[in-house]
Amino acid sequence: MKRIYSIIVENESGVLSRVANLFSARGYNIESLSVAPIDEEGLSRMTIVTDGNEQVLEQIGKQLNKLIDVIKVIQFGDEPYVEREMALIKMHTDRNTRAEVLRIVDIFRGKVVDVSHDSYTIEVTGDSTKIDAILSLLEPLGIKELARTGKVAMIREKKR
Amino acid sequence: MKLTGAEIFIESLKREGVEYLFGIPGGAVIDLHDALYKQDNIKFILTRHEQAAVHMADGYARSTGKPGVALVTSGPGATNTITGLATAYMDSVPIVVFTGQVPTPLIGNDAFQEADIVGMSRPCTKYNFLVKDVNELSKTIKKAFYIATTGRPGPVLIDFPKDIQVSKTEFKYPDTIHIRGYNPTYHGNPKQIKKVVKAIANSKKPLLYVGGGAVISEAHNEIYNLAKKLQIPVFTTLMGIGAFPEDDELSLGMAGMHGTFRANMAIQYCDMLISVGARFDDRVTGKVSEFAPYAKIVHIDIDPTSISKNIEVDYPLVGDAKLVLKDMSPLFDGYSTINWKEVRKPWLDQINKWKNEHKLAYNKETEEIVPQYVIEKLNELTKSEDPIISTEVGQHQMWVAQFYTFKKPRRLLTSGGLGTMGYGFPAGIGAKFGFDNKQVYIIAGDGSFQMNVQELSTIAAYNKSVKIIIMNNGYLGMVRQWQQLFYGRRYSNTVLEVQPDFVKLAESYGIKARRIRKKSEVAEALKELVAYKNPYLLDVVIAKEENVYPMVPAGASLDNMLLT
Ligand SMILES: Cc1ncc(C[n+]2csc(CCOP(=O)(O)OP(=O)(O)O)c2C)c(N)n1
Ligand SMILES: [Mg+2]
Repeated sequence: MKRIYSIIVENESGVLSRVANLFSARGYNIESLSVAPIDEEGLSRMTIVTDGNEQVLEQIGKQLNKLIDVIKVIQFGDEPYVEREMALIKMHTDRNTRAEVLRIVDIFRGKVVDVSHDSYTIEVTGDSTKIDAILSLLEPLGIKELARTGKVAMIREKKR
Repeated sequence: MKLTGAEIFIESLKREGVEYLFGIPGGAVIDLHDALYKQDNIKFILTRHEQAAVHMADGYARSTGKPGVALVTSGPGATNTITGLATAYMDSVPIVVFTGQVPTPLIGNDAFQEADIVGMSRPCTKYNFLVKDVNELSKTIKKAFYIATTGRPGPVLIDFPKDIQVSKTEFKYPDTIHIRGYNPTYHGNPKQIKKVVKAIANSKKPLLYVGGGAVISEAHNEIYNLAKKLQIPVFTTLMGIGAFPEDDELSLGMAGMHGTFRANMAIQYCDMLISVGARFDDRVTGKVSEFAPYAKIVHIDIDPTSISKNIEVDYPLVGDAKLVLKDMSPLFDGYSTINWKEVRKPWLDQINKWKNEHKLAYNKETEEIVPQYVIEKLNELTKSEDPIISTEVGQHQMWVAQFYTFKKPRRLLTSGGLGTMGYGFPAGIGAKFGFDNKQVYIIAGDGSFQMNVQELSTIAAYNKSVKIIIMNNGYLGMVRQWQQLFYGRRYSNTVLEVQPDFVKLAESYGIKARRIRKKSEVAEALKELVAYKNPYLLDVVIAKEENVYPMVPAGASLDNMLLT
């Protein structure tokens, strides 16, 4: 079972290592992890995607909560949430493939952010299934390099 | 007035009520030692190894309940503390360890005696700090003591660079501290407490499972009252020993791998297991899938991560053991018409039957000294003086747990979670610093004792009259026992072929010592040891291949005990 944890942490040196250590010491796997400061002074948000059975996931949640530098743990599961990931994809391109690449990028509402005579660099944002989908279409056309940010997520506000 | 970092260090420790610092000086802490030299509130205890210094701080903390403090230098001084930190971490002991560090501009440069101790100690401390600014120093120290001693206690390390020790700033010690990500839960959820009380009251065969957390939270009176009121039998873990008086009729002694027959059987047949500050360690549960098969389980613990970690429980209850039991107590008044003695009779009768079926026993018909006899005799001779007993790790440790009758908490010092050989001797010394007027007996294996034997210097230097009893079997006995029982008697690397003459060794430090070989000498030699007013070492040559029984083989269920 996959689970996304979004945790608010003190922006201290060592926090990343504490969180990573919590996973590695127990043999839990981190599938993706992203960190960036939030607007509140001295705090960052870490978004961690992991995998495990119910018991493991419950332990991870508790262990994260126990870390002194962790201020809040949000687990994404039952409540509706939005998740996004961004990917930069550098494509080999030539006369034969250029048009096809652009068509795919267009369908996925991606953007070409850098061009050279034999490559395009594409930016695409979406949930993970969307990123996976565009990648599977681009794959046969020749992906040169790929960078994904890992997920970030937020709970949806209740609609009235 | 502005103070240097070193002076702030001293002033802060004074505010925290620190009496002793254990450790060894070095280049990176020489300024701190200079500041120590100029005052006489805090006494520095010079040890012979930093590992021992941390164990001393630990023994001081476990016996007194106050945080223990160590101070060591950077690099090798710091790395030598790791085993001590890990030992304290596993057993939730509040200690604060200060390590010197190279000056901040050199950090990361592989400078002389630089070690990334913050990185290395992260997995074996509750928290750790690198002080980067002298203005943060007093607040950091305050935080360290606060974190070490609150919630589930544990070791905290402060890495203290040399340049910060000489920088100056205005000294102000914070009165209180708030850490926004750290809010331990002390009071149990009232609704859950109600549910638990009802479940306990309605059970037929309840059993109390008391762990180290009960000792730490000093919940012994509350446990006693609950057990007595509802006539609930009690067993402890190794770490819980002393949280319930072992001479009480409701005491089943220790359970687990080397637990009593009656405690292990009671676990397997109870219908309600009430765990107080224990963590379902594999040495207690045996085969997890067959542990307490008929029981509903209540788990009271201050650490939510301990709950349902190894075993799924029916009634989790997060909170401080003492406070939770206190809150539970009045709710049992609703059942005051019940005659608990009568209700409980069938269960207690069953337990008594188990008790009489297999008592802890040993061969009494020998010329040789059997170790269990030594512990029994020591118990007899010292029970009125309420001493502190510290053990090393191995067979002798289990014999102490089985054959010494502990009646109060904080009287047994032993490395339960990590099982650290070399712990017991320095821990006992630390306890002696905490309680100069109490007897401290150190029961050591011949193997373990050699792991911190250098501390004979420390007790000689400070004339700390700890009493050392070496259970000398010429083996790494506990490992040899496994080899005998499960590895076809292939005693691979467990024979201690060359041993020092422990008597001469002690004497070379100016410590009185004696060796005995015959059972007939035991009582008299122990009397001499008890009465002697200075440190004393007794080398007891015991039956070489004596085993610890009962024994639940690793991975077996608790009712599969080897009894002889
Ligand atoms: C530091 C450390 N190294 C190794 C072990 C593994 N070990 C557990 S018990 C034991 C034997 C201890 O021998 P001794 O101190 O003579 O005690 P005995 O079992 O003979 O009573 C060993 C080697 C350990 N617990 N700690
Ligand atoms: Mg031995």
